[in-house]
Amino acid sequence: MNVPGPPAIPPPLGLLAELTHRCPLGCPYCSNPVDLERRNAELDTATWQRVLREAAALGVLQLHLSGGEPAARPDLEAITATATEVGLYANLITSGVLLDAARLKALAAAGLPHVQLSIQHADAQAADRIARFRGAHARKLALAEAVHAAGMALTVNAVLHRENVDALEAMIALAERMGATRLEVAHTQYHGWALRNRAALMPDASQVARSRQIVAGAERRLAGRMAIDFVTPDYHASRPKACMGGWGRRFLNVTPSGAVLPCHAAESIPGLSFDRVTERSLEQIWYGSAAFNRFRGTGWMSEPCRSCERRELDWGGCRCQALALTGDAARTDPACALSPDRRRLDEALAVMPAEGFAWRRP
Amino acid sequence: MSAPRLSPHARLHYDRRRESWVLLAPERVLVLDDVAYAILRRLDGQHDVARLAAALAEEYDAPASAIAEDVREVLEDLRRKGLVQP
Repeated sequence: MNVPGPPAIPPPLGLLAELTHRCPLGCPYCSNPVDLERRNAELDTATWQRVLREAAALGVLQLHLSGGEPAARPDLEAITATATEVGLYANLITSGVLLDAARLKALAAAGLPHVQLSIQHADAQAADRIARFRGAHARKLALAEAVHAAGMALTVNAVLHRENVDALEAMIALAERMGATRLEVAHTQYHGWALRNRAALMPDASQVARSRQIVAGAERRLAGRMAIDFVTPDYHASRPKACMGGWGRRFLNVTPSGAVLPCHAAESIPGLSFDRVTERSLEQIWYGSAAFNRFRGTGWMSEPCRSCERRELDWGGCRCQALALTGDAARTDPACALSPDRRRLDEALAVMPAEGFAWRRP
Repeated sequence: MSAPRLSPHARLHYDRRRESWVLLAPERVLVLDDVAYAILRRLDGQHDVARLAAALAEEYDAPASAIAEDVREVLEDLRRKGLVQP
């Protein structure tokens, strides 16, 4: 008789390379950790290039160059060139404020096919206030033009919260004018700074409902011209998201100093230790590291996930959110209506709204 | 009729780990079957659908009319996804 072993671990599809935590913007919805890694701890160029080679050999196809602001690194072009050389499809996730047309041209020459540019609002003054950077919005509009001139694809990304959700239609129209072929509209995910600012960021239920209607209408209107990826808010949902497509199933994340994480907030989970690219290969880490295997598959689940028919659809939701709201990363994500901890979300919603952000920078 | 080509943002890539051809684009990985790959590797912006079909028919020793149908179907699907122009 054959006893089935654990299901084989598929190779990863995507790598999020956080080249630096440095960022000129100070958005209060940032999901990066409250304690940012320092510049002198960042991996050097050669190490990043080795990581990209290892990633391609491991089966990674999509590379997301992220941060912080990745353009804060002067070696972004060299890193991009290596991605192209090893066949990774690179996506530059940027605030846009540190890139001019000349640098973008250099990135195009290095083979960069796709830029994902954030916007904070449709109105320049409101956008600059949220980004905490005067003139940021105007620089973003200029960068969008440079992206087209360089022949790259453009995705516009907008994170929604109480200060901009009512401008959603105008932001969609702005993304059209900017020539985006993709628009990501993501309700804030409450990790890191965003969790600290939750009471000031959380939209109310009617705003969330209206944002769904607006996106649905825009999707119909823009079909074939601009694709919209809508990330719904967990706190107003009844089922959790398959965070990262399941822990250790599709993605890995390398922090500026070289820690390899199953998701970019995973360092908030106590008791997990993360291997580093300076100590082990990416392949050893993907298949063998304790942190990746801790919540992989369904074996770690307790009820109500363990016997749930959706356990291989949502993989129990988000571990970091379970930790942040219940104190235990191994519990069911409270975004699920079946979670015994669901009331913690509802309690959080009941105390909204609060005024005023805690800013990342004075 | 105009000659189709891959969108400048789409890249054909041989995935050694999974041993298959894929088409890569922003936030997208399309695993290609043999038919789709045979068509896509010939897109050069100079051959129209009829000439593509004729070349494929000769290579695979199949009727050009049936192949032209396949070619149109594959290209139309990729056009809708923004991966083939025009």
